[in-house]
Amino acid sequence: MKNLKWRAILVAAILLVGIVYLVPTFTPTLPPGWIGILPKDKIHLGLDLQGGMHLVLEVEANKAVENTVDRLAEELKERLREARVAFSKVARGKKYDIEVLMPDAQQQANLREIADKNFPVLKMAGSETTPEGMMVQLVMVETEVDHIRKLAIAQALETIRNRIDQFGVSEPDIRPEGEDRIMVQLPGIKDPQRALALIGKTALLEFKLVDEGVTPPETKEAKVPAGDKVYPMKHLDRTTGRTVESQIVLQDKTLMTGEYITDAKVSLDSQYNAPYVSLEFDPQGARIFERVTAANVKKRMAIVLDGAVYSAPVIQEKISGGRASITGSFSMEEARDLAIVLRAGALPAPVKILEQRTVGPALGQDSISKGILASLIGGLLVIAFMVVYYKFAGLVADFALAFNVLLVLSGMAAFGATLTLPGIAGIALIIGMAVDANVLIYERIREELRLGKTPKAALDAGYDKATLTIIDANVTTLIAAVVLFQFGTGPIRGFAVTLTIGLVANLFTAIVVTRVIFDYLMIQRHIKTLSI
Amino acid sequence: MELIRPDINVNFVAFRYKAFLISGFFILLGLAAFVWRGGLNLGVDFAGGTLIQVKFNKATNPEEIRGALKDLISQGAIQQVGASSDQEYLIRTDLNTPELQNLSQTVEEKLTAAYGEGNATVLRAEMVGPKVGHDLRQKALYAIYYAVLFISIYISGRFEFKWGISAVMVAVLIVGVYLLEALGINVTAVIIGALLVTLILCWVLKLPYAMGSLLSLIHDVLITAGIFILLDKEFTLEVLAALLTLIGFSLNDTIVVFDRIRETLRKGRNQNFHDVINASVNQTLSRTILTSGTVVMVVLCLFLFGGTVIHDFSFALLIGLISGTYSTIFVASPILIFFEDFHKKRPVRKRASSSS
Repeated sequence: MKNLKWRAILVAAILLVGIVYLVPTFTPTLPPGWIGILPKDKIHLGLDLQGGMHLVLEVEANKAVENTVDRLAEELKERLREARVAFSKVARGKKYDIEVLMPDAQQQANLREIADKNFPVLKMAGSETTPEGMMVQLVMVETEVDHIRKLAIAQALETIRNRIDQFGVSEPDIRPEGEDRIMVQLPGIKDPQRALALIGKTALLEFKLVDEGVTPPETKEAKVPAGDKVYPMKHLDRTTGRTVESQIVLQDKTLMTGEYITDAKVSLDSQYNAPYVSLEFDPQGARIFERVTAANVKKRMAIVLDGAVYSAPVIQEKISGGRASITGSFSMEEARDLAIVLRAGALPAPVKILEQRTVGPALGQDSISKGILASLIGGLLVIAFMVVYYKFAGLVADFALAFNVLLVLSGMAAFGATLTLPGIAGIALIIGMAVDANVLIYERIREELRLGKTPKAALDAGYDKATLTIIDANVTTLIAAVVLFQFGTGPIRGFAVTLTIGLVANLFTAIVVTRVIFDYLMIQRHIKTLSI
Repeated sequence: MELIRPDINVNFVAFRYKAFLISGFFILLGLAAFVWRGGLNLGVDFAGGTLIQVKFNKATNPEEIRGALKDLISQGAIQQVGASSDQEYLIRTDLNTPELQNLSQTVEEKLTAAYGEGNATVLRAEMVGPKVGHDLRQKALYAIYYAVLFISIYISGRFEFKWGISAVMVAVLIVGVYLLEALGINVTAVIIGALLVTLILCWVLKLPYAMGSLLSLIHDVLITAGIFILLDKEFTLEVLAALLTLIGFSLNDTIVVFDRIRETLRKGRNQNFHDVINASVNQTLSRTILTSGTVVMVVLCLFLFGGTVIHDFSFALLIGLISGTYSTIFVASPILIFFEDFHKKRPVRKRASSSS
């Protein structure tokens, strides 16, 4: 008797907890008095139900290392020049090495000294005599290569996160995947194209000098002077209103990059009402900018974004105060997005899109309604069948079934799990399987009744013998669900989660809950016969 | 109300050879289809490529659509999906473009131009790069393998109480697979090899229950996969999930019968094994049919009313469930008989020679 009371209390308690966890999902706001006490977690809807975009990006960390080596090569060049060490070429070699071409072996010791003192991450790999002179190879140490890679991936993650935060998507999900991949989920996004452009943009801002004396070559193969490079330039012709593409020759050396930007804002040009982006630098950047502009007054400075020149104004005077502006042929949206990426920072390395899925909101809505409809129809059929086949016992089983589904849904809300379309199918499956457990018990009870046992004895025997089999059966499907969770992604994971919660809840509802109801009727109410 | 008479006594055991023939026929059919079609029709998840699902408000067919898209999708497959009334089509190409948004927009524009304003909408678009596709293929194979492995341990333990031996067997297999993989051998070959080794070990180590369940599982997977190949349906991640689920589910049924067999065997010593099997299967028949029946009922609803996205998933489950029920009744238990018969022959011979 006491046993029954405790079990009944347990069942009631779990029922209550289940309902409580489910409330937030179904009511938009909680009444004021309850907010502190009730949990707030709702069931999350997967992308296939909400609509949205799913991306898997790969950070080309190797590029980050190459960029760093390039930068080191530039610095090495400067140091060699300062120390008046003769060389004919300093450039990145095949992988993560720098090749220094010297006229002869004499200055090699000086080179070594400079390298050791100023470039601890480089080490001498060897030297060989070539027809052009002495070629010395400096290699970046392995630990540094690893370090740059890891840093690049972490930075890329942060930068993308910043950009998406500023873009304004509700509940974005950005997380690393594996060693060098980033997964991005943007539920309910209305303009996937724009988001994609925002995420993938490297956004490397560089300030370079225009080489005024040189005109862009007519053909691609024509050469430009050493230290110069041809860049494409976009230019809005105000009279025709069309964007014109031209070419411009710049000095390849980068005077300053966008890493010193602290803020970027969109403003409107008073003359043409055209949007432009105004930049603010940090103190170090302001100093560098002042120095650069002071040294190049009356020359043209090009503002290069991701390898394309946006504008190349003439430096009228030295600019202190750390401000600059980028004018160009922007639409308001382009200017806003540009401000976002400049604020969030440049990606340390380019990102490649490995996987992309977009689900339109129409399909999402359709999937939800169809999935729920199918589950409801299936559920009703099962419920009706159970009552017809097992009479009152069938009704008890149906109650356990409803309880089971309730527990699955509230379990998902409690764990913050995501409901996907396969997940809805999982719930439908659980409906079918929950019945299985009851069928096992009831068939056993019917057998025992046929053997001539009293209803109470048949009930006990039925539950006893069937329990182990039920556990077995649920465990095997559970194994499959766990494996699916481990190896699956996205929607499949949702399926595995709903299946797992459902199976565990099933053990409780099929065995404990139904038993409590029967025991209550047999013991408390002294019902003599079993309607089964 | 009772669908199956309580005193039913169908002689399933006698039917076993015919049952094997039927199963064998379907499995061979699947294999033939595999050879004919040149392998599984892997979805974009596994093979890489681009998939665009479009809904039309007018009736159309793949040829018309291809005509409307002309140069855009030159070498792609266009398939109708879902119910005929939905008029939804899957356009699939091997193009691996990072410009997916552009592609799907262009497709919508071209189709709108051909079919009229608002008559063609892109519901979803997916692009999977080759690297991701390859990774997923690996993962899928391992998932199947591990599922089968863990289930083997569980069955061996529960039914033979030979936890020790089965754990050792599993350990050996895991190490073996790891080593072979490190040697760079094709993962598919390794996994198939491992499965065969598991089966042989079950025979040698005298684990008939494990072997019976494993074989009935493999039977279900082969039949379901075979039908998919035959109908040229796409094998996607969802279909794999359906396969794994029905593995778990088919095992349910098999366990119930095995449980009953064990229970009956415990009752007395001098029982004809054939009679025991028959009795157990008959006694559990009601429950087997009922359970499968209710789940099939629910999955059928999903198949008919659940919409296009989940269509193939429910189809795979449907076939798997039916096959699973069949394998429980006609495959799993007869395997036990074969095992018993085979191992009984030796002692009989011994006794005959010693008595003379």
